[in-house]
Formats: sequence, structure tokens, C-alpha cells
Amino acid sequence: MSEKMVESVVARTISRIIIPFIQLYGIYVITHGESSPGGGFQGGVILGTSIILFGIVFSLNTTKKWISKKILILFMSLGLLIYSGIGAIDMLFGGKYLEYGKLPLPLHSPEMSALSILMVEIGIGLCVMSTITLLFIFLAGEKSGTRMDSWEI
Amino acid sequence: MLRSLAIISLLIMGGVFIYVIEDMPPIGNPENPPHVHVVPRYIEKAEEETGVPNIVTAILANYRGYDTLGETTVIFTAGISVMILFQRWNK
Repeated sequence: MSEKMVESVVARTISRIIIPFIQLYGIYVITHGESSPGGGFQGGVILGTSIILFGIVFSLNTTKKWISKKILILFMSLGLLIYSGIGAIDMLFGGKYLEYGKLPLPLHSPEMSALSILMVEIGIGLCVMSTITLLFIFLAGEKSGTRMDSWEI
Repeated sequence: MLRSLAIISLLIMGGVFIYVIEDMPPIGNPENPPHVHVVPRYIEKAEEETGVPNIVTAILANYRGYDTLGETTVIFTAGISVMILFQRWNK
């Protein structure tokens, strides 16, 4: 969690192998949230955890170099925008706010509702993932005394 | 004075709660009030109304959509406020 990399070769190698699988599992949990246990919150946390693992094992500076603050803020806002935007689109096409099934697509109402729920889960996942990452990077940087000004926007 | 007042009110409230316990419905009884009000409708109609086989997701994202939108907003606000608090404005 500090400026330096973890010295153990085992930790570095294992996490380099396992991080893509964690991310794949997180995406699976998000996209299969409508047919199996899981959903946006859980999958987003799993995705954020992979980045936290990267930040613990490799240094915080590498993480800050990899992920810019701009991307995180963009994802955070984009997730919320997807969710509320779907509600607003429903309203534009003559439904109530967040009444799924009014999207201008050639589908039946339950299928459209399922599609909207998938989009909503993706939005929640984006928002949760970037918020978890942002919280970790800021709190860990504060603990180790890194100045966050150096994190380019 | 204030301390004894707090203890007395705590005792009264605790007595009321203990007195009320025996009127609580038994745990796990299918006739309990929360299990007979809206849950049968969710179990029967959730899949055909929302198109989603997972009832939990159907409730979370469709029937209780506003609630989930609020939760997402809470998380968003938490991230933004931590960022604002920990950002050092004066270099």
C-alpha cells in the first residue's frame, strides 16, 4: 500500500495471474445478475477489488499511472447517468419515470424490461467499481502521505 | 439530572419492548404479515412482468427502482465527497 512494490515474488506473480480472472468474474456477476445471484453492486465491488489488489501488490504510484482520475470520475458519473437516463428515456416515450418497457425498440414489454434491467445493472457496476477504486486510492494515498496533486487529472 | 432521566426513559422503553415481545409473530411462519402482503404477487408475477427469472433482481431494479437509484446516488456522493475532502486545494 506504500510507494514501493511488494517484495515477494510469489505475491506479484500470483496476483498478475489472478487479476484478469477476478475481473472476468466481476463482469460475469454483473451481466448475469438477472438470471443468477449477483448484480451491479456485487459485480462492481469485485471489479474494484481487482484494482485494489493491483494497488496493494504493485505500488500505488503504478496504479495512479495506470488509471487516471478523469476516467474514474467519468465512469462514476456515467454509471449514474445510464441509470437515470433510462428512466428519463422511459419518460420521453410516454411512460412513467423508471417504468421499463417504453423504450423505442421492437421488443415485447418483458424483454424490454429485462434489457433495461441489464443496462441498469451495468450502470450500477460502473459507478460502484470506480467509487471503490477512488476511495481506495485516496485513502491509501492519504495514509502513506502521497500528495494527490501529483495525480494528473 | 439528565443522566437519571436518560436511565428512566431507557428503562421505560426497554420495559415496553420486553412486554411487546410475546406478541411478535413466530420466526419462519409463512402466515406472517410480511409474507402475505406483496410477496405472493412477486413470486407469481415477477417473471412475466419483468422478464427476469431472478426475483431479487426483479424487485431490486424494477419494483424498487427508485430505491436502487437512491442507493447508487449515495455511493456516487460518497466517492465525490471523499475526493473533495482529500484533495489539497492549496499547493
